[in-house]
Amino acid sequence: MTNTNILLVGVGGQGILLASEVMSEVFRRAGFDVKKSEVHGMAQRGGVVSSHVRFGEKVYSPMIEEGDADIMLSFELMEALRWEHYLKPDAFLATSNVRMVPPICNSGTIIYPDDTCEQLKKVHPQARVLDIENTLQEVGNSKVTNVIMLGVLSTILKIAENDWLDVVKEAVPPKLIDVNVKAFTAGRAFL
Amino acid sequence: MKTLLSGNEAIARGAYEFGCVFSAAYPGTPSTEILENVAKYKEIKSQWSPNEKVAMEVAIGAAMAGARSLCAMKHVGVNVAADPLMSFAFMEVKGGFVLVSADDPGMHSSQNEQDNRNYAKFAKIPVLDPSDSAEAKDFVGKAFDISETFHAPVILRTTTRTSHGKGLVQLGDPMERKVAGFEKNFEKLVVLPMNARKLRVDAEARLRKLEAFAEETDLNFEEEGEGRIAFITTGIAHVHLKEILPSAPILKIGMPYPLPMKKIQNFVSRFDRVIVVEELDPFVQEQILAAGIHVEGKNLIPGIWELNPEIIRDVLEKEGIIPEKKRHKTVKADAIPRPPVFCPGCPHLGIFHALKKAKAQIVTGDIGCYTLAAIPPFNSMDTCVCMGASIGNAIGIEKATGSGIGIAAVIGDSTFTHSGLTGLVDAIMNNSHITIVISDNSITAMTGGQPNPRTGWDLHRQPNAKMDFEIVARAMGAEHVYPVDPTNMAQTFDVVKRELEADHLSVIISQAPCVLYPKKVERDKFFTFLNNCTACSMCSRINCQAITRSGELTEKGRNKWHISEDLCTGCGLCIQMCKFDAIRPISRKGE
Repeated sequence: MTNTNILLVGVGGQGILLASEVMSEVFRRAGFDVKKSEVHGMAQRGGVVSSHVRFGEKVYSPMIEEGDADIMLSFELMEALRWEHYLKPDAFLATSNVRMVPPICNSGTIIYPDDTCEQLKKVHPQARVLDIENTLQEVGNSKVTNVIMLGVLSTILKIAENDWLDVVKEAVPPKLIDVNVKAFTAGRAFL
Repeated sequence: MKTLLSGNEAIARGAYEFGCVFSAAYPGTPSTEILENVAKYKEIKSQWSPNEKVAMEVAIGAAMAGARSLCAMKHVGVNVAADPLMSFAFMEVKGGFVLVSADDPGMHSSQNEQDNRNYAKFAKIPVLDPSDSAEAKDFVGKAFDISETFHAPVILRTTTRTSHGKGLVQLGDPMERKVAGFEKNFEKLVVLPMNARKLRVDAEARLRKLEAFAEETDLNFEEEGEGRIAFITTGIAHVHLKEILPSAPILKIGMPYPLPMKKIQNFVSRFDRVIVVEELDPFVQEQILAAGIHVEGKNLIPGIWELNPEIIRDVLEKEGIIPEKKRHKTVKADAIPRPPVFCPGCPHLGIFHALKKAKAQIVTGDIGCYTLAAIPPFNSMDTCVCMGASIGNAIGIEKATGSGIGIAAVIGDSTFTHSGLTGLVDAIMNNSHITIVISDNSITAMTGGQPNPRTGWDLHRQPNAKMDFEIVARAMGAEHVYPVDPTNMAQTFDVVKRELEADHLSVIISQAPCVLYPKKVERDKFFTFLNNCTACSMCSRINCQAITRSGELTEKGRNKWHISEDLCTGCGLCIQMCKFDAIRPISRKGE
C-alpha cells in the first residue's frame, strides 16, 4: 500500500503538535510505520505552524512533498489557503472557519479578506469549511479545535473510534477528558 | 516494543540505555528536548548550565572522572563551547564523551546556518550523523564506544528534522552505569605546551586508527540497488533520497569523519556516476574529491537551507535519473503574512513600548523572544548578532560615534547570565555611558521555559539561589541601576527616558513574569466597552495579539477595537493607553 500523508496547519498555540502526536500514536498502535515532522521554537509565537504526519507500510522521509498530501486539517481559515499547494488535487481538506487576525493587520495596510472561504473553494473546490467556531461554543472550551479535528479525521480513516479515544484520553489532563471526548464526538458528527 | 520518539527523545533514551552517567546542556532550538528528556531518567545526573562553554566543561569534568558523559547544544552553542572542545579534543578521554550538536539548516529558529560536521575535521575527532530517531538512539551507544576505544570526544550531529522529526524506535534495556573515578595524569590532562605537543602527535596517530575503524564499522554500509548511478548519503538526506528513489544503490555514511576511503573507492569504481547527497556543506564530497575520487554532489544539490524530498526529486528529474512527475500545483494561493509575535501580555511589550516612546536612537538586541521586537509591527530593535552581543555592540557604537546617549542594549535574563555579564564588565571597565536594559522574565522562554540562574530552581525543579541582577550590577561597579515593572507604563517610560538621556552608564532591570512559563499567568482579563471606543487606535499601538479591529464602526466609519477574551492575559497595558474608559476589566462587564 502507498503511504498516507497528513498535513496539519494552523497558528501557534492551537494545539497542532498534540493533534499530530495523538494521530501518530494511533497509527503506531494500528501497526503502521509512522514518521512525523514539525518545527519548534521561534515560529510558534503566534506564527504559522505546520506538522507533517506520514504513515503506511514503510515511511522513509518525515516530510511531505509539496503537492503530495492526501489529507489536510487546517485549524484556521487563512492557513488552509496558505498551505493548499501541498495537497493532491483530490485530497481531503477540512478547515476550521475560525479567523485569527494577526496583529500585522492592525495598521490597516494588510487586510484579512472577507472572501477567504471563496478563495479557498476556488483553488480547492471540495474543501470542507467546518463551523468549528460554533462547535467550540457548544463544547464549552475554546482550546479543543485539535481534538475536534481528530474526530473529523477518524471518520475518514479505517481505524476504530475507540482506538482514537483511548489515545486522546491518555494525551489530555484527567480533568479535561470529558470535554475532549465531547469535542472528539462533535468532530465525528461533522461529515 | 517500538515506540514513537523524536530524535531528541531517542538521544535521551540512548543516554539511558548506553550507560550515560552525566549530562549537561544549555537550551537552544533544535537541541532543547534532549536534556529535558534525559532528566526524566533519574539514573542519569543532569543539569542545565548557564552557557554551552560551561556545560561542556562540566561534562568534560565528568568524563575525566571516568563517567560516560553527554553534552547537548544547538549548532551555534558549539561556537561558544569551541574553546574547551578544541583543547579537550587532544586530551585523553577516559569516560566516553559525546557532544550532541543540533544543527538548524534553513534557520527555522537560529541566527545563522552552519554545518557542525566541520568541527569534527577541525578538532580531528569523529562525527556521527544519524538519519532518523532509531539511528539517533543507536548512535549514542556507538559514539560512547568509539570515544572510549579511541580516547576521543565524539560529535553526534543532528539536523532539525532528525532532532524534531519522530519515528519508531526499538527500546532496549539499560546497561550498567560506571564511574571509574578521577586519576591524576599530568601528561594527558594538563595541556601545558610540553604536554600539548605530544598530544598533538598522538591526535594524528589516533586519526589513522579511526580511519581504519571507518572501513570496518557498520556505521557505514552499502545498500544494493538497481542501475549504473549510485549515491553516497549522510544524515537526513539519506531518507529523503530513499523516499524518492527507494531502489537506488547507496553507500550510507553514518560517520562522515573520518571517512572510509577504501570502501568509497571500491563503491565508486563500480558505477558510472556517483552523487553525494548531504545537507548543507559538501563536507563528505570535498573529502572524497581531495582523496582523488571523482564524485558529484553540490554541483547538483543546494548547499544552503535544509533538504527535503521535493528538492531531491527536482535534482533527479533534471538529471534524467527518474521520470518527471506530474506536478499538481504551480503557484501558491495568496495568504496574508503571519509573522511570529509576542504573546498577549508579554512583559517585553511594555519595555519596548517605553523604548520607542522615549525615542531610543539605537537599540542593540540579543537572542531570545524579545528579538521579535526587530520585525514588524514592532520595528524596535536594530541589531542582533549572537548570545550576549547586545552590550558589546552598543559599547562599540558608542565608542565609534562618541556618545552613549540614546543608545540602549536590550538583553534577556537567560542571555545576560549566558554571556551578557562580561559585556557589563566591559561597559564598566571602559567607562561606557550606554543604557543596558535587562528584560527579565526570569525564565528561558523562547526554548520553552527552561530555568536559568535567575529562575530560582534547577532542571529538576529543586530550589537554588536566584541571582539578584541589581546586586550583581552594583557589585560590578554600575552606579545607576533601576528595577522597573514594564506593565507599569508611566513609571517604565520615565525611567527609560531619563536614563537614555543621561550621560552615564545605566542598567534598567525590567522585571515581570513570562505569561507562559513556568505556568500560564492567570489575571483578570479586559474587554472593550464599545460604546466608549472612539477608534483612536491608541490601544493597538502596544501590538498585542489580543487586540484587533472589531466589526463595529464609529460614525466616521472607523473600526472600533476588540480584545479577544481567549487571548487576553490581563497585563493591563492597553487600559493604560485608553483615555475613554473603553477598556475595562471583565469584572466591570454588565455595568
